[in-house]
Amino acid sequence: MSIIILLPLLGFLVSGIVGKYLPKQVVGLISTAAVVLSFAFALHMFLEKSILGEAVSQKWFTFLQVGGLQIDVAFTFDRLSGWMTLIITGIGSLIHLYSMGYMKEDEGYYKFFAYLNLFVFNMLLLVLGSNFIMLFFGWEGVGLCSYLLIGFWYKNLNYGKAARKAFVMNRIGDLGLLLGLFLIFKEFKSFDYTIVFDQIAAGNTPAHVLTAIALLLFVGAMGKSAQIPLYTWLPDAMAGPTPVSALIHAATMVTAGVYLVVRSQALYFQTALASDVIMWVGLATSLMAALIGLKQNDIKKVLAYSTVSQLGLMFVALGCGAYTAAMFHLTTHAFFKALLFLGSGSVIHGMHHEQDIRKMGGLKSKMPITYFTFLIGTLAITGFPFLSGFFSKDEILLHAFSHSPLVWGLSLISASITGFYMFRMFFVTFHGKYRNTHYPLEKVHESPITMTLPLLILAVLSVLGGLLNLPHYFGHNVAGAFSSYLAPMYKFAEHSPEVSASTEWLLLAAAVSVFIIAFVAMRMKYISKNSVPEEDDSMSGLGKVLANKFYVDEIYDAGVVAPIEIAGTVTDGLVDDIAIKGITDSIGKSPNWISSLLSRVQNGNIEYYLIYMVIAVSILLAINLF
Amino acid sequence: MIFQNLDISHYIYLSTVLFSIGLFGVLFRRNAIVLLMCIELMLNAVNLLFTALSTYMGDADGQIFVFFIMVVAAAEAAVGLAILVMVYRNTRKTDVSFLDQLKG
Repeated sequence: MSIIILLPLLGFLVSGIVGKYLPKQVVGLISTAAVVLSFAFALHMFLEKSILGEAVSQKWFTFLQVGGLQIDVAFTFDRLSGWMTLIITGIGSLIHLYSMGYMKEDEGYYKFFAYLNLFVFNMLLLVLGSNFIMLFFGWEGVGLCSYLLIGFWYKNLNYGKAARKAFVMNRIGDLGLLLGLFLIFKEFKSFDYTIVFDQIAAGNTPAHVLTAIALLLFVGAMGKSAQIPLYTWLPDAMAGPTPVSALIHAATMVTAGVYLVVRSQALYFQTALASDVIMWVGLATSLMAALIGLKQNDIKKVLAYSTVSQLGLMFVALGCGAYTAAMFHLTTHAFFKALLFLGSGSVIHGMHHEQDIRKMGGLKSKMPITYFTFLIGTLAITGFPFLSGFFSKDEILLHAFSHSPLVWGLSLISASITGFYMFRMFFVTFHGKYRNTHYPLEKVHESPITMTLPLLILAVLSVLGGLLNLPHYFGHNVAGAFSSYLAPMYKFAEHSPEVSASTEWLLLAAAVSVFIIAFVAMRMKYISKNSVPEEDDSMSGLGKVLANKFYVDEIYDAGVVAPIEIAGTVTDGLVDDIAIKGITDSIGKSPNWISSLLSRVQNGNIEYYLIYMVIAVSILLAINLF
Repeated sequence: MIFQNLDISHYIYLSTVLFSIGLFGVLFRRNAIVLLMCIELMLNAVNLLFTALSTYMGDADGQIFVFFIMVVAAAEAAVGLAILVMVYRNTRKTDVSFLDQLKG
């Protein structure tokens, strides 16, 4: 297991330290190989152990021992962390491969791969660590890598600002996580998962403490997984190179919050209040992000809001107690969202860094592989029957329905909006007439094999991902494989949704019909009528509000940033400049003043020196005599 | 005899006056040669005091000390005049108030 974790670290060290002096292909190959090998070992371990239900634990060394507290650098490869490891290294491998093509022209090539490897390493620490401190290490580490990679093109000031925003937003969440960890330690005197969760499951802990811990941990998850109110960093994070958006801001890092909640199932299962909070926050996020996504014109921004929306849906599942459904959706989402992001990257690459979908159109003929795989990704996310997103989304909707029909209804609305914005983007980008006047259509080209191969693999996964956890109507032999795989990981057995067969079919029909409505509506609007999303200036009413993202950034600026800045100016002027600077500076300057006074005495003229001498001797004599 | 009528206090007054003349000469004259002469005057005022008190106390130590002072004064005068000659050669001046280039 050490190998799985250490390979990406090794890759990071090699490409980070000597990568500058190596040819680009070599750096790319080393980094990619590190992750691919890591995936191979993880897969081997998964097939050898996890499938059989064995967990492998390994302790490297004791990190810290203070009083009764012992923190080990220890790892556990069990069914949950093993699964996450597969996703991280698997998708990570594909994205590394893709990056070799995408970043080919970039001067920071070696740096990019070093960061990517470091990210994979930290992500593995996060999921494989067997105590909360290891998780926290990884948590901070991926935050750092996210920051570095968002601001990868640091010469653009706005990108740097986006990176900073992501970092600061995450710090807010991290503070919550940290407080949660402190509370855990106060209550259980340990950070080890086994000890903590055993004690929680034993049920001797006061309910309000559990609720507090659960909510604080969720604040951490809010930051990392971009939930209201801390989601605004994720769309801005699209400033980073597209493979980064795919790996970090769609497939892996942002799911850390989901992983945290699933890992802490024993905790959340017992705290209804926290679960409700998670559910409603997730629902609100999902709806809001989906609505904003409707009016975005940057291809990556649409996908970013879609990611926020889908993450919201996962949290709805977690809030309903459907931990497996959330993990399932996490998995399929990792497949199709990585696919969509990489596809958008391929488009951006082919269009020479054009991201505005209004300037695209008709790319279907020029980029056949990208078009085809993007279509699959779009169908998967919008819930085309029997693709992966269809199954995972329906499982969540089913649980939501058995929880409360209202939640189901709202989730369904959010899911249907997904269809609207995805098809809108898809049709506007790939169909219709080519609309970019600055970049001729002839120059638009399909991407190289290193970029299309990952697309094809991910497309296959997006199609077949649903097979992991087929609903029961496919027969009990094949259905629910993922559920039974994850079931031993839970301290408390999951509720299975209690709905009659006929209701279930109705729910399915509803889901399929909203898909069809979205498809048809968007097809009519953007293909039959050939309309193009309007220019920024000509928007009005609700559309303008949506295009401006509900003005959340402006509200945050006015409500949070501006007061802090004012307070900062005041303290800077009053406290710092006048009080602190005034006092310390005058202390510092006083020897200067005194010496400049005294240095006038030393004017070099011997007559004065003699006078001083005489005066001094006189004084000494006077002292002696009287 | 006039020496019998002289009290020790007269010697003290005389040497104090001589010393003060020398001191004020050092302080307020600018000509380096005059300065050196004034220093010589101060030293001799001290010598006078030494010998007078030596006689008064009946102790020869003071007179021995005077010889030492004379030696030092001679050396000082030689060195001082040598410096002065060099200064004059370089600046064509013997005014000490212009010699302020050694300040830090």
